[in-house]
Amino acid sequence: MPSNEVVLEVIGVTKRFPGVLANHDVNLTLHKGEILALLGENGAGKSTLMNIIYGLYHADSGTIKLKGKEVHFASPREAIHSGIGMVHQHFQLIPVMTVAENVVLGEEVTDGAFLDRQEAARRVRALSEQYRLEVDPNAVIEELPVGVQQRVEIIKALYRDAEILILDEPTAVLTPQEVQELFKIMRDLAARGVSIIFITHKLKEVLAVAHRIVVMRDGEVVGTVLPEESTQESLAALMVGREVLLRVNKPPARPKEVVLEVENLSAYDDRGHHAVNNVSFVVRSGEVVGVAGVQGNGQTELVEVLTGLRPAAGGHVRINGKDLTNASPRAVTASGTGHVPEDRHRFGMVSSYTVAENLVLNVYYAPPYSTAPSLRQLPFVTVLYAALALGVFAILAVIWNALWKAALWPLVLGLHGIADVEAASRQEMAGPELFGMLALLVMALLFAYVAHRVATLIMGRLQPVIAPFLKRGGENGGVVLDHDRVDHNAVTLVKQFDIRTPSVTTTGGSLSGGNQQKMVVAREFGRRPRLLIAAQPTRGIDVGSIEFIHQQLVSQRDAGAAVLLVSAELDEIMALSDRIVVMYKGSVVATVNADSVTREQVGLLMAGASAEDVLGQVPAAVPALA
Amino acid sequence: MSGDVVSAVKTNRTTMSAMALIAVILVVAFLAAGAVGPAIVVAVINASIRGTVPIALGAMSGILSERSGIVNIGIEGMMLLAAYVGFMINVGLSSGGAPTALQAEPVRLILSILGGVLIGGLTGLLHALLSIRYKVDQIISGTVINTLALGLTGYFYLAGATTQGRLPPVISNPFKQDAGLLFWIGEIVFNKGLVTYLMVLVVITVTIALFRTPWGLRTRAIGEHPRAADTLGINVHRLQYTNLFFSGCAAGLAGVFLTLEAVGIFERGMTNGRGFIALAVMIFGKWHPLGAAAGALLFGFATALQGQLQFFNIQIPHQFVGMLPYLLTVIVLAGFVGRARPPAHVGKPYEVE
Repeated sequence: MPSNEVVLEVIGVTKRFPGVLANHDVNLTLHKGEILALLGENGAGKSTLMNIIYGLYHADSGTIKLKGKEVHFASPREAIHSGIGMVHQHFQLIPVMTVAENVVLGEEVTDGAFLDRQEAARRVRALSEQYRLEVDPNAVIEELPVGVQQRVEIIKALYRDAEILILDEPTAVLTPQEVQELFKIMRDLAARGVSIIFITHKLKEVLAVAHRIVVMRDGEVVGTVLPEESTQESLAALMVGREVLLRVNKPPARPKEVVLEVENLSAYDDRGHHAVNNVSFVVRSGEVVGVAGVQGNGQTELVEVLTGLRPAAGGHVRINGKDLTNASPRAVTASGTGHVPEDRHRFGMVSSYTVAENLVLNVYYAPPYSTAPSLRQLPFVTVLYAALALGVFAILAVIWNALWKAALWPLVLGLHGIADVEAASRQEMAGPELFGMLALLVMALLFAYVAHRVATLIMGRLQPVIAPFLKRGGENGGVVLDHDRVDHNAVTLVKQFDIRTPSVTTTGGSLSGGNQQKMVVAREFGRRPRLLIAAQPTRGIDVGSIEFIHQQLVSQRDAGAAVLLVSAELDEIMALSDRIVVMYKGSVVATVNADSVTREQVGLLMAGASAEDVLGQVPAAVPALA
Repeated sequence: MSGDVVSAVKTNRTTMSAMALIAVILVVAFLAAGAVGPAIVVAVINASIRGTVPIALGAMSGILSERSGIVNIGIEGMMLLAAYVGFMINVGLSSGGAPTALQAEPVRLILSILGGVLIGGLTGLLHALLSIRYKVDQIISGTVINTLALGLTGYFYLAGATTQGRLPPVISNPFKQDAGLLFWIGEIVFNKGLVTYLMVLVVITVTIALFRTPWGLRTRAIGEHPRAADTLGINVHRLQYTNLFFSGCAAGLAGVFLTLEAVGIFERGMTNGRGFIALAVMIFGKWHPLGAAAGALLFGFATALQGQLQFFNIQIPHQFVGMLPYLLTVIVLAGFVGRARPPAHVGKPYEVE
């Protein structure tokens, strides 16, 4: 149990970024040996606060006291020296170096001018034994599982005599079993007097491990509560600011015909290693099949193969009975498949495009968004455009010429006090030639721009007139984007999917993470797909958006879509799936009915335990093609 | 798993073919040696060493830079500038106007070496400034340095500038001709200028420093994962500046070798692509100083061999024989580089949060 000794005090800290108040008058106290959970959604200001404590940012106002003494850290180095250690969400480890090298980096043990490797390894081993962290100092980081890598990060902090340990979303990359191990380590550390700040947005974990919970919303502390007095629901309400439905209301599934059939599928990852091994399963219309597995066990590659982004090394993918193995992404899309990719920034959206444009990325090429003229009519349209543009250009030139002779030239001469225009024009008027040529060039560009705008305008007006003469764009689409329809589509989807955006012409990148994800979901769900492949659909977004996306997934299922849900969040898989496919090291280790297994059993399967051991005599294993 | 095996087999095959090629060359060389006697063998070995020195030093320059996360294709330019400056200091101090104390043999040459090395270091700092402070693409920045060096030295080039001589052997061969094998070994070990010995020293120092000191650990860390180093309080940019200075110094030493030890005069564009070969050799050595030095030796040997082959009256056009070292570079790179793993963060500017 934590003592009453206060080790860290944050008093009235305010931090403003351009346009955002990241922290507003934040107060926080941390006691010796305490596990303090800092709970809040993404963007609530947790990370900003921690970065201020860690010396990465400087507060605009407010003070930080360490053991009663006011401190101002100019850099993480000073924070480290004062006994603050941080385990970042993305591990700060050098993959090609050993554990010991990573630990001593920056605070090396030396023997004269040279590194003392033996001593470094000895100290790491001592720390690892003292805190029961079980880490081999001579192992190379890249060969260690993430759970162990995290322990290396903790050792790094302890090696620097950290008395305060900040853990930033430490459970995001761990299996359920590893999470339990981490909690044990955290309790152990706290019992030895280390104070821990545990940043998270997972309610269950907070209740399991924290001594005290500080909840943040929109940059402010909205409550400090004790776990004994809280429930998941009360914490969620505090975090979001309204009542949140944590359980997904899901009527029983009524699976019908097979939509997606995966048969003995294999694929390589980017480095040429086997990532997907002989995987088989089916997804039927009207059911959600969850793919459970710790990140990096082939799920990413599996989804990429299914959606045409990665070649299959063997096996077959059939969608609606049609063989789409190694088909192009567009062919997969055209077959009625919606794909919510796991990395929305890289594959799900174009940050610099508007919301409206992002919302048609999967259909922009087809009617009604792209219509006539199609590629076949391009020559005709080009000629028409060229004629219009040239005509406008000529008219402009003529008008300019007349204007110049009639009014402007005399005006220029008048300014210089030359009365007789005729006489003056006969004189040598050799001005600076360069200037004249530049002026001509600018003039030409200006004319060209105006001509282009006028030509497009006329073309737009002519469209309905010439449309009957042109065949409408077919499956391959046309070359003219109908912006009215694109915007109309966007307005409908924004309303339907509750995307919070100032307008449909705002760029996608300027939305919050949750709304970006809703935008991707709206695009993929909005056209009622036959098959829906959703990879990590709720990663890194707020509880409110998660709730919404979960409801949408279920309603798509009930509307007859076949849903393949890939998620590293076991809770999400358990809550939504009708059947669960567990992947480990690229293979399917078990396919089970969701209501016949427990969370713990799936967790064990994800960690590589064999199906017989975990499921025993329970007749839960369902043959893949049954 | 079997993917690993497949690629391992593939790598082995290329490695094997490269090895076989080298073996063939060696066998041919030794057969030739048997036929021509020790004088020519020793001459080839000495020529190999001469060819190795600038390449090995250039490769050290590359290693120092790339291990710190900065691509350095400006080695060529740094070498050229240093070669020119070292030479011009030698010219200046050799003229009558210079103080006699500075004209004296060791002082004048050591000053010239220092001048060249310093200008190399400063050019390294320029590269660092461009790529760290101004975030210029590191390839562009290196190209700028190469172009700049070529232009500057070409413009200020003085035809017919003379000096009082180049670096003399540090120790002459103490053995007489009648000492037999000892004499020939002496011919190889002694009779070398200062920079050649410095090269050996530099290679050893870089190896030890990179893998056995805190500085080396930090340097490798910032080349692999600068953010990680930063979170531990290591000043990434300052370390990069320091290392780029040393990188430039190494390239400078390579340049100085050309004008003060090997040739004795400066010519336009005299580095002749050695900076780029040094980079190839660095990759060949997988960013390890000893591997790079071995690669440099291989290249130096090929250069020496092609020089020697041109003396024999063989019915191959000399242009083709002249290609040998470069051909060897291509083959060796194609054979080995497949599995070489550069520092993970090389070439990307690091921005402090």
